[in-house]
Amino acid sequence: MASFRKTAMTHTFDEPARVKSKNPLAALEIDSRLLGMIGAFAVICVVFQVWTGINAMTLRGDFAWNPAAWLFDGRFLTPRNVFNLTIQTVSVALMATGMVFVIVTRHIDLSVGSLLATCSAVMAVTQTVVVPEWMGLGLEHPAIAPISIAAGMLTGLLIGAFHGWLIGYLTIPAFIVTLGGLFVWRNVAWHLTGGQTVGPLDANFQHFGGINGTLGVSMSWVFGLLALAAAFYGLFSARRARVAHEFPVKPVWAEFAIAGMIAVAILGFVAVLNAYEIPVRRLQRIFEDRGEVMPEGFTTGYGLPISVFVLIVVAIVMNVVARRTRLGRYIFATGGNPEAAELAGIRTRLLTVKVFAIMGLLCAISAVVASARQTFHSNDIGTLDELRVIAAAVIGGTALSGGIGTIVGAILGALIMQSLQSGMAMVGVDAPYQNIVVGIVLVFAVYVDIVYRKRTGG
Amino acid sequence: MAPPLVEMRDMQKAFGGIRAVDHVNVDLHPGEVVGILGHNGAGKSVLMKMLSGALPRDGGEIFINGTPAPINSPRDARDYQIETIYQYLALADNLDAAANMFLGRELVTPLGLVDDAKMEAETRKIMKRLNPNFRRFKTPVSGLSGGQRQSVAIARAVYFQAKILIMDEPTAALGVEETRMVSELIEELKRQGIGIFLIDHDIHQVKSMCDRASVMKNGRLVGTVDVDKVTEDDLLGMIIAGKDPMTGEMVGAAEV
Repeated sequence: MASFRKTAMTHTFDEPARVKSKNPLAALEIDSRLLGMIGAFAVICVVFQVWTGINAMTLRGDFAWNPAAWLFDGRFLTPRNVFNLTIQTVSVALMATGMVFVIVTRHIDLSVGSLLATCSAVMAVTQTVVVPEWMGLGLEHPAIAPISIAAGMLTGLLIGAFHGWLIGYLTIPAFIVTLGGLFVWRNVAWHLTGGQTVGPLDANFQHFGGINGTLGVSMSWVFGLLALAAAFYGLFSARRARVAHEFPVKPVWAEFAIAGMIAVAILGFVAVLNAYEIPVRRLQRIFEDRGEVMPEGFTTGYGLPISVFVLIVVAIVMNVVARRTRLGRYIFATGGNPEAAELAGIRTRLLTVKVFAIMGLLCAISAVVASARQTFHSNDIGTLDELRVIAAAVIGGTALSGGIGTIVGAILGALIMQSLQSGMAMVGVDAPYQNIVVGIVLVFAVYVDIVYRKRTGG
Repeated sequence: MAPPLVEMRDMQKAFGGIRAVDHVNVDLHPGEVVGILGHNGAGKSVLMKMLSGALPRDGGEIFINGTPAPINSPRDARDYQIETIYQYLALADNLDAAANMFLGRELVTPLGLVDDAKMEAETRKIMKRLNPNFRRFKTPVSGLSGGQRQSVAIARAVYFQAKILIMDEPTAALGVEETRMVSELIEELKRQGIGIFLIDHDIHQVKSMCDRASVMKNGRLVGTVDVDKVTEDDLLGMIIAGKDPMTGEMVGAAEV
């Protein structure tokens, strides 16, 4: 029947002009979900700091009801532990940034741990057999690290693209393709090394592992200041663009408050890493290797680990891709409404290939960090990482229904999981109980996110 | 006489054994609004999706300004300045108005990065013209009302200077005031010489907005009539019984 659609709805075009908020926190316009995650991370840090403090006092037999002393005696927020926490987080965090794209486009990747192992095996074999023997360059050749890293990255990129092709063009569900990949690549890695542990890895290669490669105190400060300058420039140019187009802008004090917070965060982070001092005996060895004698009383800090530097660079690049490139825009559009994306002329199948190729590349970068950190390649490298990576992305606010997720959130998610685990290890919680807690936190975090979204209607 | 802006000849599309569009001919002239009418499942949307490149056709030819136009994808359709305003489909709910308006055709900075500020500025400019009350430029479109969402879709078609516009029940989700605004906009677009295919259920609306109406039933064309020369009852007869008011011929009667 021809129906007469005259809805008696009052029209809703008019909207009240936005009520000017008096809340200073709102004026900062910081994403409240991000703020919540930072808050949760801060709570975890303080809880473990106090807990380890109480433990230390009890052990010494001078326990007192003194919260200041608990905080002061804690071992969780020491430079040493912060350093370890960051280098332990890198591998999962790197892959989590790629998992954001995968999940945003409504897919999943269960193969990242296995893919990491295959990339690691390729790099290990390249640097111990292919380059030294087949190419005849010998061990310790300076070309070993770059060649093997390039080989690993190419491997990851191609395998990822292959997954994407199976998913996008042959329309096999990502869950199945990557579940298959989980079995295949773990055992391709085993095949490549004949089941052997391969090591020690090349000395230059090991610089990407964390403690064996840091920027040192002065370079870390230089990095911190450059990062700060870049952040300030970003804030300034964003504001300038909005002013040029006569859009509403934040009050100036809010801009300065945000700039101040960024400055404290960056410089504080560098200061803490610089405060972690290299042990005297290790320093002596470094001087001996250079044929020098260490001056009496000389001390210096580790500074920023190269692996963390890699993570920061990857995070910035991925963030730019997500927010400022067509590729990123199409990833989010396709996740939000695949039909709309296709009608807008976006090649969604090719997009799937790109997304999984990026994921594969990040698995390879992660493999560099993970194998360099343990100084050898082993068969079990990256085992269960797929679950940690998915959990990190999800705790970081990536919605499995697609279309929503942030790079920064995923990295924070990885950091929260790692802090929980190492914190619990420090206070003596056994590994099985740690996993129980992490599992509960995962489910709870997603529930909080659902409630948040319902409230805000976002 | 100049060739029609759009001519679709002998269009065919089947899903499995069902002929969704069965040898249908329609045409459209500049500055004209042609209503595409019929029940749900009559084949109107399928016919239009072949023109917008969203569905590949099984047979038939499309001519734009008298020359064959091989439209096989939404990108092809865009190249012919065909824009579609879908009832629900075409917005990505998680993106804001500007991102949706420029989806697939983003403005970029000299470095090749997406220029959100510029796109927001352009969106504000065109919205000032089309829907001055639109203010929520920073929120995902999921939070907008039906009318606001529709104005984003219309703004997209206007901004990119559509010559041929397909509107799939543009007022279905709208209130009275918003519907009036859309029909004013259609008048405005007509004056600019844009040809519009209007898929609709509402006979009243078709009578007031359209110049001609092509009625479909069970995938076949019942007939094309000048809306001024027929009554609403004639149109209803075409939709329900498949009866051509001029010839009295019945289409698809056997299937009823």
